[in-house]
Amino acid sequence: MNRRPWLLGGVAGLVLLFLYAPVAWLAVVSFNDSRSLSRITGLSTRWYAELLGDARVLEALGLTLRLAAASAAVATAIGTLAAFGLRRAFPGRGLWTLLLGLPLVVPEVVLGVALLGFCVKLAGIPLGFGALLAAHVAFSLSFVVVVVRARIAGMDPRLEEAAADLGASPPVAFRTVTLPLVAPAVAAGAAFAFLLSFDDVVTSSYLTGVGSTTLPVHVYAQASKRGVSPEIVALSTVLVAVSAALLIAGVLVASRRARASTFVEPNRDQ
Amino acid sequence: MLPSRRRWLVATGLLTPTGLWLGVFLIAPLALVVQFSFATRDTGVARAVLPWTTHAYATALDPAFLPIFGRTLAYAGLTTLFCLLLGFPLAWFIARHGGRYRTALLAAVLVPFWSSYLARVYAWKALLDGEGLVNRLLAGVGLDRPGGFLLTDGAVVLGLTYGFLPFMVLPLYVACERFDHRQVEASYDLGHGRVSTFARVVLPGLLPGVLAGSLLVLVPAAGDFVTPRLLGGVDQSTFGSVIDDQFRGGNNWPLGSAMAVLLLVLVVVALALRGRRGEDVL
Repeated sequence: MNRRPWLLGGVAGLVLLFLYAPVAWLAVVSFNDSRSLSRITGLSTRWYAELLGDARVLEALGLTLRLAAASAAVATAIGTLAAFGLRRAFPGRGLWTLLLGLPLVVPEVVLGVALLGFCVKLAGIPLGFGALLAAHVAFSLSFVVVVVRARIAGMDPRLEEAAADLGASPPVAFRTVTLPLVAPAVAAGAAFAFLLSFDDVVTSSYLTGVGSTTLPVHVYAQASKRGVSPEIVALSTVLVAVSAALLIAGVLVASRRARASTFVEPNRDQ
Repeated sequence: MLPSRRRWLVATGLLTPTGLWLGVFLIAPLALVVQFSFATRDTGVARAVLPWTTHAYATALDPAFLPIFGRTLAYAGLTTLFCLLLGFPLAWFIARHGGRYRTALLAAVLVPFWSSYLARVYAWKALLDGEGLVNRLLAGVGLDRPGGFLLTDGAVVLGLTYGFLPFMVLPLYVACERFDHRQVEASYDLGHGRVSTFARVVLPGLLPGVLAGSLLVLVPAAGDFVTPRLLGGVDQSTFGSVIDDQFRGGNNWPLGSAMAVLLLVLVVVALALRGRRGEDVL
């Protein structure tokens, strides 16, 4: 179509607005001087100050970040291997695909209670970091496999063949050709796994132990008693601001690189 | 060694770590839940003990739970529908017109989700309550509602739609990006109008993405209990919140397990209905 897509762009913009409106509202009320999240009574930075003084929240944040990093690392490592394992047809591939689809369709509440029973009654795993890591890797693994597999499937096999023709041994071809091509998908999978772990409430709420509460579970426990505290709103605002800044920096770096290099991304049209 | 046997060995070797992790931390726990669902309730520490019985299923299938079943399905179904309606224009726009900002736009969809899930739910709560921004804006045109829009089914569906929209946008985007747009031009050239082209060419072409996205939204929406609890009222309990009650408060693990098994059966039915067509995206 050669018309400019104004209408479609407008609708897409409205959907983005829908995604950002509540978060923008959170940013506004994080500077409110009362506890209310619905009415602005005055401006202050007191919630940011209280956040910095709240040892329990900061401790929970630290644990959540460590857990998300560990979970993303494990899920990305074994998920990338699995994605390469599924690259070519072999007997049993259908069954493996089925197994990898399972975590995507098991409701979180079911996974949570199942792992609670498993850890407490069968395996004797103490609740806390280990149990949380087991769960988070289990539910984020499939997302990594899906993302990396899609990239591998879209890769031009002629590039690897060319490397072999030019005398590269399979390990060298893998390191210098295959891996750089797949790397963006591996990074995307890792980011996805990190985010899934970082924000998980439902499954985690069954598996936290004494002294090892993740931030979302801490917030949930607190919120069910007296609502979300403005401190958490302030923290959410900081996290969104940081991720938005990283995104903008990423775009700037990528566009500078695109200008500096004459390489065309391979196989864009497949 | 035969090449095919070697290929099998390599693939299985690469898949083994994943298989072990999922076997121990997903399959075994799920099997345990099935076992619990046939156990007898115990109020002590054991919580689920012998003898074997189907009592929990009889309770779970009691007509008293029927409205909860129906409400859960309605919430999940409507959420999926709204995610499709909102996600499609966004995914299509990014894939077709995003240019070199495609990846950035896709990432921008995920940025709001760095804030805490609960903070986002509470943001909606604050926006929707009696003195919230939505009600005050609507008051300007005389459409406000005393008490606001909280504790309604609409608030729950809105919250769920917001929470799961990215799971729809990502697979839809993949499908839109793979879609060969020349098919649309061919359809126009052959004299089809916009509606006919959409129904006969675009929709079938995007079906794998639509199915994958629908599944990724439908399942968590059916199991979620946090959003319905916070945005809906006491009467808005769902399947997920009833399961949660059995494990956390009521300590009726067999009943909770039986309900979890029923929820899984529901998912398997949805998967079977999907057939094999969504597979290349999911």
